[in-house]
Amino acid sequence: MTSTSRRAYGVKGAPYAFLLPATILFALFFALPIGYAIWLSFHKVKVSGLGLGAGARKEVWAGLENYTDALTDNELVDGALRVLGYGCIVVPVMLGLALLFALMLDSEKVRLAPFTRLAIFLPYAIPGVVAALLWGFLYLPDVSPFYYVLEKLGMPQPDLLDGGPLYLALSNIAVWGGTGFNMIVIYTSLQAIPAEVYEAAKLDGATPLQVALKIKIPMVAPSLVLTFFFSIIATLQVFSEPTTLKPLTNSVSTTWSPLMKVYQDAFGKGDIYAAAAQATIIALATLLLSFGFLRAANRRNKQDVSQGGAR
Amino acid sequence: MSSLAVGKAESAAGTTPGTVQNRPPLRRRIALIPTVTLLFGALYCLLPVAWVVIAATKSGSELFSTFTFLPGTGFADNFSDLSAYRDGVYWQWMGNSALYAGLGALLSTCVSAFSGYALAIYRFRGRETIFNVLLAGVLMPPVILAIPQYLLLAKADLTDSYLGVLLPQILSPYGVYLSRIYAAAAVPGDVVEAGRMDGASEWRIFTRVSLPMMVPGMVTVFLFQFVAIWNNFLLPYIMLSDDEKFPITLGLFTLLEQGANTPALYTLVITGAFLAVIPLVVLFLVIQRFWSLDLLSGAVKS
Repeated sequence: MTSTSRRAYGVKGAPYAFLLPATILFALFFALPIGYAIWLSFHKVKVSGLGLGAGARKEVWAGLENYTDALTDNELVDGALRVLGYGCIVVPVMLGLALLFALMLDSEKVRLAPFTRLAIFLPYAIPGVVAALLWGFLYLPDVSPFYYVLEKLGMPQPDLLDGGPLYLALSNIAVWGGTGFNMIVIYTSLQAIPAEVYEAAKLDGATPLQVALKIKIPMVAPSLVLTFFFSIIATLQVFSEPTTLKPLTNSVSTTWSPLMKVYQDAFGKGDIYAAAAQATIIALATLLLSFGFLRAANRRNKQDVSQGGAR
Repeated sequence: MSSLAVGKAESAAGTTPGTVQNRPPLRRRIALIPTVTLLFGALYCLLPVAWVVIAATKSGSELFSTFTFLPGTGFADNFSDLSAYRDGVYWQWMGNSALYAGLGALLSTCVSAFSGYALAIYRFRGRETIFNVLLAGVLMPPVILAIPQYLLLAKADLTDSYLGVLLPQILSPYGVYLSRIYAAAAVPGDVVEAGRMDGASEWRIFTRVSLPMMVPGMVTVFLFQFVAIWNNFLLPYIMLSDDEKFPITLGLFTLLEQGANTPALYTLVITGAFLAVIPLVVLFLVIQRFWSLDLLSGAVKS
């Protein structure tokens, strides 16, 4: 009896023991920092007198002051608009290319597929900083092959690191780095479609294009939704690419993206309270946008299903 | 293109000699549009890599004077210049990155394996709650974490130390997620039950029976986390100020910052970027056959 009950206890306690390291790490490096950031966002420093001596600087309750400051801060709002514009280029182009390449890889009689698949996936292994650095040099007229060709042809040479083209230049880095990973995700779910699904279409004499549009894309819609979801989150938090391009051009300010602004306020200005409020707003906006998208996508899927059933 | 077509034709002829006469035209046997599209994609993705390989061979003057895709003669000089830069700090950065990514990914894989196994095999109170809370970590923007992590670690006097970069990256919600999916698929409940019947302890069952079954999935988790830590920029950028402790991403960034205004330093930055790309590309090529990508995306699918 005692041995069975001890064993039962051992089994009962085992999952908690296995989960202990993750729980401790989660508490220390996720829950605590988030709680602390939220706490900070509602506080500010009050300086009494000349701000000298112990106790002259006190943390006091600030209410929503940091939040209203952040939302009326032009630098933050401009940064958010810039990143929205950037995201409107990156996400559709990256996922469009990923879907296109995945469909091409999945098509019959395609040659060199293992090589091209690996080549397109390769940028995933290259750090964002290095990717930005490589493209940054390719954008520099002095060393770029594109400019060399344009010059030889006597064509105008646009400045890629300024104004509107800067968005394209930055977007290109993200598209280059992210297409391969998303392609693999979509390609794998294409591979999971059972062959029988295509049989009927083949008998009907459907062209590959029709099969792709009418069968393949609807079948991989769930992975498209998820790649979209994660791409939105990643795009809104762009930081290392514009930071890396900054030394190469004057057009990227220290507050180009909202995240850079948070960094600037926290470590440049030393106002961690404002930075915490901004970080919280960015996190909330990210969650709102990404989950809003997820809900909208799910609702549409359900509608499609019910319409399909009605038909 | 033509040699491929010949190869294809030969193999077709070899397998079905009777149908040689009825061989369909070339266009039908090779899907031309998909192949060409994919080759363009590959060209686009390889272009910057090819450029940095060639640019790293150029001396400072060649970089600005010769055609971009013409190899230069300065690689040996660039290499020794880079190695000599500030008493070899570049190789220190590489070593640091290997340490952060290697040790961090190893610890992360262990934690993920423990948690994923517990969540997949046991039925216990709070299981789904714990899983969902851990998973919510995936959605937390790194920025809302990194700044308070810095402030809190500053109180523990751990900023600007190896631990400050290592510790926050051990728990990977995505790794826990993958491990759970993989353990559920790879470890049959009967086997665990049989182990219990034999009187083995839960820990013994895990290490001797379940863990070996989970190895392929754990390789994926390790590699995924290795790449994530190696490529991370924000956390070390916030956490570190002593450049002896920088990982390679941060080191290259500071090199670029100093070099941007002095074209003489361009060659150092380019050679540094080239050498920094090599380890991950090699790792990538060697392991892509072991890397269970199905798992990576299968997990996203469900």
